[in-house]
Amino acid sequence: MKKAFFKRGQASKRFAMEGNFITTKFNDILGWARKYSLFHYPYVTACCGMEYMSAACAHFDIDRFGAGWTRFSPRQSDMLLVVGTVTQKLAPVLLTVYEQMTEPKWVVAFGTCAVSGGIYDNYAVVQGIDQIIPVDIYIPGCPPRPETVLNGLVKLQEKIQKQQQEWRWKRRRS
Amino acid sequence: MEKKKVLEDLKRRFQDKIKESSVQFGDEVFVIDKDSLLDIAKFLKAEPYAFTMLLDLTCVDRLGQQPRFEMAYHLYSLSNKHRLRIKAKLSEKDLSIDSLTSLWKNANWLEREVFDMFGVFFKGHPDLRRIFMYDGFEGYPLRKDYPLRKRQPRIPLRE
Repeated sequence: MKKAFFKRGQASKRFAMEGNFITTKFNDILGWARKYSLFHYPYVTACCGMEYMSAACAHFDIDRFGAGWTRFSPRQSDMLLVVGTVTQKLAPVLLTVYEQMTEPKWVVAFGTCAVSGGIYDNYAVVQGIDQIIPVDIYIPGCPPRPETVLNGLVKLQEKIQKQQQEWRWKRRRS
Repeated sequence: MEKKKVLEDLKRRFQDKIKESSVQFGDEVFVIDKDSLLDIAKFLKAEPYAFTMLLDLTCVDRLGQQPRFEMAYHLYSLSNKHRLRIKAKLSEKDLSIDSLTSLWKNANWLEREVFDMFGVFFKGHPDLRRIFMYDGFEGYPLRKDYPLRKRQPRIPLRE
């Protein structure tokens, strides 16, 4: 095969017929690469953290979906998991963490408290983290079951695949 | 040690300072004059009653009643296995009471909590400032007349 492969005229034809390459758009392949290499930063403040742990560890294994690596610095991560209740006192901290993350970045509101404040409709609690930072996926539940979390992750991956990707030299060219 | 003895001894020593006394679920409850709190607490902490543990210290807002506020102290004696509750009523005009930090160290943070949530001032407290809410928060959120839907965000909210 090796010798014949390099003969002029035959190579590309044979290559195509055997299905050894595919064509795609740069935007799509970037989305494909990004959705399967999410580094997540767990911003855990409350009891939802237990469900986060079981979703992230071996029982439900978030790593099957390419989001297995937990980073404990927002500067190294691109998926912010806001797990639990965010109080007004904590709001500036969450905003700082979000601002420290490098682009591209996505935010997941994990559990009812992060989604809407939940049962804590009072003076102390932010009524949904989307009052502070933009949110991509809302995972409801008090706390959400790990299956719900994984479903939310798959939904986020679909979103990442479909979105208009930003990359470094994109603006320079246009 | 018999539980009755504490009651009798307290009544004999402090007489008119103890306004009411009752027994609830097997534990004594005293309503005392707020100015004599420190004396009574000192007496109870010392031997033989030895209430060495301050379980909790909190406040109740009885809006519409006079006096409006009521401090509640829960004491426990480890050696006598004896529980006791002291209450002191505070009017809205003079919302201050002696601090118990000189007797029980944990009163420090508990009193800061009551100060934060109800606005009660503790005389002689070493570091009386907010413990839960942030700087710039106005009002006392656990008072019954604090508006239910009032929000005081620390940073400007989106939308």
